[in-house]
Amino acid sequence: MSMIKDHIVSLLAKDMREDGRKLTEYRKPITIEYGISAKSAEGSARVFIGDTEVVAGVKLEVGKPFPDTPDDGVLMVNAELLPLSNPEFESGPPSIGSIELARVVDRGIRESHMIDTEKLCIKKGEKVWIACIDIYPINDAGNLFDAAALAALAALKDARFPEYDEKEGKVDYSKKTKTKLPLAKEAVEITVIKIKDKFLVDPTTEEWEALDARLTVAVLEDGKLCALQKGGDGSLKPDDIEKMVDIALEKSKELRKLL
Amino acid sequence: MAYKKRFDGRKIEELRPMEAKTGVIKRADGSAMFKIGKTVAIAAVYGPRELHPKFLQNPETGILRCNYNMMAFSGSGERVRPGPSRRSKEISMVTEKALRSVLDLRKFPNAVIDVYIELIQTDSGTRCAGICAAAMALADAGIPMKDLVSAVAVGVIDGSVCVDVTKEEEDYESGMGDIPIAILPRTGEVTLLQLDGEITPDELKKAVELGVKSCKQIYEIQKKALKERFTRESK
Amino acid sequence: MSELIVKDKDIVVPGEILAVGMDFLPAGGAYREGEQIVASQLGLVNISNRLIKLIPLTGKYLPKKGDTVIGKVVTMTFSNWFIDIGCQNEGVMSLRDTSEFIDKGADLSQFYNFGDVVVAKISKVTRGAIDLTMREPGLRKLTPGKLVKVTPSKVPRIIGKEGSMITMIKDKTGCKIIVGQNGVIWIQGTPEAEMLAYQAINLIQEKAHMEGLTDEVSKFLEKAKGG
Repeated sequence: MSMIKDHIVSLLAKDMREDGRKLTEYRKPITIEYGISAKSAEGSARVFIGDTEVVAGVKLEVGKPFPDTPDDGVLMVNAELLPLSNPEFESGPPSIGSIELARVVDRGIRESHMIDTEKLCIKKGEKVWIACIDIYPINDAGNLFDAAALAALAALKDARFPEYDEKEGKVDYSKKTKTKLPLAKEAVEITVIKIKDKFLVDPTTEEWEALDARLTVAVLEDGKLCALQKGGDGSLKPDDIEKMVDIALEKSKELRKLL
Repeated sequence: MAYKKRFDGRKIEELRPMEAKTGVIKRADGSAMFKIGKTVAIAAVYGPRELHPKFLQNPETGILRCNYNMMAFSGSGERVRPGPSRRSKEISMVTEKALRSVLDLRKFPNAVIDVYIELIQTDSGTRCAGICAAAMALADAGIPMKDLVSAVAVGVIDGSVCVDVTKEEEDYESGMGDIPIAILPRTGEVTLLQLDGEITPDELKKAVELGVKSCKQIYEIQKKALKERFTRESK
Repeated sequence: MSELIVKDKDIVVPGEILAVGMDFLPAGGAYREGEQIVASQLGLVNISNRLIKLIPLTGKYLPKKGDTVIGKVVTMTFSNWFIDIGCQNEGVMSLRDTSEFIDKGADLSQFYNFGDVVVAKISKVTRGAIDLTMREPGLRKLTPGKLVKVTPSKVPRIIGKEGSMITMIKDKTGCKIIVGQNGVIWIQGTPEAEMLAYQAINLIQEKAHMEGLTDEVSKFLEKAKGG
């Protein structure tokens, strides 16, 4: 990686990137397609950020709530870094990369209270709706975090409840109601990376591998933050954090327009 | 023969509408999408590439590894728990056998060809759709092959031999015969054949005949998709 | 009864029958099976008299002795580096094949480390093994530059007849450029010049089949420079 990183750094010294983009520029186009697995999933979406492609699907089932939150529905986020999407990914149990991706997306959705989990309660202490979001990269050309968060968000917006027979306690997956999930706020996640003393958004694979540190910021509509994740082997100065959050706030407005 | 008019109005020998596209995953050496009815499969090929760890390497021949997986939200009812199941492991294995016969792995000593198949949405015929996508992906990767491989699921429902069954038809009656079949289009040789259900030897004969005939139609779709990417370029 | 089934410039898929009869000779990715000439890969048919050649349209680089290649160091042992040159096996370079003398027992990473990009030559290709050497002038570890990956089959076009195309690009951009036969190209210059050379190479990839390409690329570079 070092020769490639050295070249990236020399370009950054002139505020340039390998593909000609500005440091705070996202690749184009960014597209969101809804209902890509409409027959099987209760909600689904496909996101492209440049060549990076991620799909996400939502399945809804009825089950028992957690004992400590008897009148709340359950939200679960799962991600798998498919070897289909990147020659470096291996088959096998979820890697720490998959787990981090899932948890970072989860945090953005959960902490924004995007889904009012109380509205998912069917019978307190006994039956609640359980929403499972599964995220899969299809082509990894860098910046999976942002694409994954966007895909999960879009899949949730696309989701509708299947028919539920309360008496029998059974879900009929073949019949979808018109009722959408009770969604309130929407958090948009932006990842800002730091290479030497420069800050970039939407890193390509090479830029991601060259980063010293990264910060994924979940931004709400009102400009508040609801989740953060710092990654990378390097450290961030408090000043860096402020700058990166500013960039994230700015870019979140752009991404939000696409939803 | 009680089952004559199919649920979706198709004729006994009629396949569902199909869609195929290659080069859909840029990072892969070869890739393809194959859609039949509502079943959507994508496949990526990485290789031939050096096999790691080195102690697995064979200096006489390369190996083919196939991995079939259904996305958790792709099932027709409840969520499919992520991770390999006995079913997906078996499908990976028969897929590998179905594709193996068109490859000369002795050309790739110490190397591996990895084939990854994912199902995004399913309505029966998933292993067959996976094989169709994988065969296109191998060709898209420029790997020398004896032939493409085409596959379809034939059903025997109430004595009626019909092609490309849907989930609804699979669930129609217990003991209906589900026969996935894969062939090499040029010679009609069979490289995948399974049966679930009770049928007569005569029904099997008809099923294989219908399977071979239908696979040749699927082959035309696969061929077209492979060529489409390049027809502009060469002019 | 000899019969040509396909036409010149047809695109065919593996397993397609190109011709029937003993009058024809297969070449490239086409082979004879009994009475038939068959395609083994996705490719373009090229017919001249009785020769039916199949030119593969995709596929990894096929290593050849004497080829100059550019690759990244991925592993090393006590006496060898393993270099990824983008084909079915990794290239191996031993202590004895480097341009400088290295003692046995030395720390190999001091010379070429993980992530270093080198330009080397293929000295031998055997089944399952590709030997690399750097014992020739010009072969070395590369200093930071732009790496571009192209389809190996387009490399001859990018180099041009007797190097005419690549020399023209070097002249017009002022960049140092090394083209690996394995489809990896290293470009070094000012950031703007590197970008220009990169765009010129992409243009060649897009229009590889066209006539008068050298002129077109030359015009593109002139225009881009503001000339």
